[in-house]
Amino acid sequence: MHTGVEPPRGVWWKPAHGAEKVWVGLAFGWCLVLFAMMPLWHWKGGQNPSGIRHTVDPEAYRARTQEFIADYKIGEEENGIPIVKPPPGSDIYLLGQMWLWTPSLRLEKDVEYVLHLSSVDVNHGFSLYPVNINFMVVPGYDYGLRVKPTEAGDFRIICNEFCGVGHHMMVGRVVVEDGASADGGTDDGSEVRVAATREGER
Amino acid sequence: MKGGFRTCPTTSLKVHRQADNLIKANAVVATVSLLVGGVAAILVLLTRWQAIHLLDAVWFYRLLTVHGMSMLIFFILFFEMAVLYFAGPVLLNSRVPAPRLAWGMFWLMVIGAVMVEWEMWAGRADVLFTSYVPLKASPWFYLGVILFAVGALFVVAIFFASLVVAKREKTYEGSMPLVTFGAATAAIIAVITLSHGAAIYIPTFLWSLDLMYVDPEVYRVVWWGLGHSAQQINVAAMVSIWYLLGAFTVGAVVINEKISRSAFVLYVLFISMASAHHLLVDPGMGPAWKIVNTSYFMYMAVLASMIHGFTVPAGIEVGQRLRGFRKGMFEWLRKAPWGDPGFSSLIFSVIIFGVVGGITGVTFGTEQINIIAHNTLRIPGHFHATVVGGTALAFMGVTYYVIPLIFRKKVAFWPLAKIQPYLFAGGMLLFSVAMTFAGTFGVPRRHWDISFSQALFDVQFSPAVNLVIAVMAIGGILAALGGGIYILITVWSVFLGKPMEGEVVYVD
Repeated sequence: MHTGVEPPRGVWWKPAHGAEKVWVGLAFGWCLVLFAMMPLWHWKGGQNPSGIRHTVDPEAYRARTQEFIADYKIGEEENGIPIVKPPPGSDIYLLGQMWLWTPSLRLEKDVEYVLHLSSVDVNHGFSLYPVNINFMVVPGYDYGLRVKPTEAGDFRIICNEFCGVGHHMMVGRVVVEDGASADGGTDDGSEVRVAATREGER
Repeated sequence: MKGGFRTCPTTSLKVHRQADNLIKANAVVATVSLLVGGVAAILVLLTRWQAIHLLDAVWFYRLLTVHGMSMLIFFILFFEMAVLYFAGPVLLNSRVPAPRLAWGMFWLMVIGAVMVEWEMWAGRADVLFTSYVPLKASPWFYLGVILFAVGALFVVAIFFASLVVAKREKTYEGSMPLVTFGAATAAIIAVITLSHGAAIYIPTFLWSLDLMYVDPEVYRVVWWGLGHSAQQINVAAMVSIWYLLGAFTVGAVVINEKISRSAFVLYVLFISMASAHHLLVDPGMGPAWKIVNTSYFMYMAVLASMIHGFTVPAGIEVGQRLRGFRKGMFEWLRKAPWGDPGFSSLIFSVIIFGVVGGITGVTFGTEQINIIAHNTLRIPGHFHATVVGGTALAFMGVTYYVIPLIFRKKVAFWPLAKIQPYLFAGGMLLFSVAMTFAGTFGVPRRHWDISFSQALFDVQFSPAVNLVIAVMAIGGILAALGGGIYILITVWSVFLGKPMEGEVVYVD
């Protein structure tokens, strides 16, 4: 027997002790379970970070967002941020910039939308409060997520990636309305569901 | 340059004069970096504790940048350079090859570090540790990082050269010790890491001079090849120190060289790809890339840590039993030297790294769980357990042996030294767990004001958040106190402490 600071002499490639073999076996088995879980979850789970991903010119994204706002604007928040109510099932565009999210969204419960996220300056972090769902918003990349609000309420979008000295001021708003869908009460999930997307991925 | 060897009266190792001096120099600079990073840590902590909210926004983000760079880069890497000189030349009884180059590279690293610190404190690099493009710092900031990395890369090369020199000059018999082997894996990972660093910081430096374009997503991918792999240097170095401290404190044995060494090799093979888990909610990469890199590759590196988590305590038990503590199941544990700060640091480092850091880290590496954890306080909660409770604590523990063995000084304030690991580990445990809990409420990391008093819309966190943040602050203050005691002990011992008995004589 020798310590870790002494050079072992001769052949040290020896069979492991039984206890060590059992432990390595258990640990390896557990790693295989974890290894299987992630792909399995990806196919079977309801909330995945994949999506429709494209590169986009930041100015083109800004123009697309402004067009989106012009099409579906229903008013303005007290602080001047435009309020937009897109038709059910449409593509919605959210723009991150120092230090605000535009527009303020009005969505309907239990309707699937494609939520596009991008930035026109630096990285931002999309963090939906209080459901606690987080995605990166990177300039030059359009991240399209299939989302289906499963709960009505007044939500906030906190920026959770440092984006300069006004970072802590950057908060946006999403209101989910319990719309016309009469059977809305059947899906009783307490989270905004980001549906698994197998189609439409690059 | 003066050479010569002394024989260590405790370990009988032959220690080269330049190895002694280089370890001392790197350890001193590491401690200075720890002090700078520690002061920033307290100020940042007292700002995030909303009840005090000490700094204004500009200085909060500035000192958060200082804290990250000083701790994760300068403190840890200077200390690791000392570890390489110890695990290579000292443990192998060898000389330091190319000592002039070694000193040149030490000073290059110091110049790089000073440049970076200068730019940060002057407010020309408020970009945080990750410095994500297109947030821009001054070119001097990036240049400083590049110089530092080049210096570190050369020191790693000198370490490899020392392995060759020792083998050729037959300064030891048999295979290299496990601790040296572990340090060699850390050095290999360092080459991977520093290459990523060059691949991203050189283009970013040119970008800061308006000479080229750097894509923000490409930056994130390559930068994390540096940012995460750097933590794997820490893991490999820390595990080597676990084996070292086990040997020094209780004569812990290596139960099976094959198992322990294979586990180190797993780190080299798999850990760098695991940096993909920082990009799980990024728009740049598809699910296949994310799943392969995080599930397949990361779990093989996790396996390595699980193996060490068994073999290190098992080696301690067998070592203790060989020393005569054979009664019952746990006499070896009860009669362990709990008053030796090297030993208590070792045990707490294994537990905090393995249990708190390991479990949180593996869960965040899952694509779907990452959605609810990304960029919340759960993330710093995790890495304060791994890097601070694990790596930094192991480094502190080994310092109590570096002071007498290398500096040839008695450890000052011994009663304080005995309790220092308990204070630091307890504080860090409280801090990490509370921070992780706060993150589960959706509290963002890197955020000056979670009361959102200046925000466009109001945000009301659950009142429980205030309580959890207060617990985090108390834990942080205890840990900072432990860190302060560590700095006091090391500085006092080295510069004002009593020398060990016996004259230090270097013989050619």
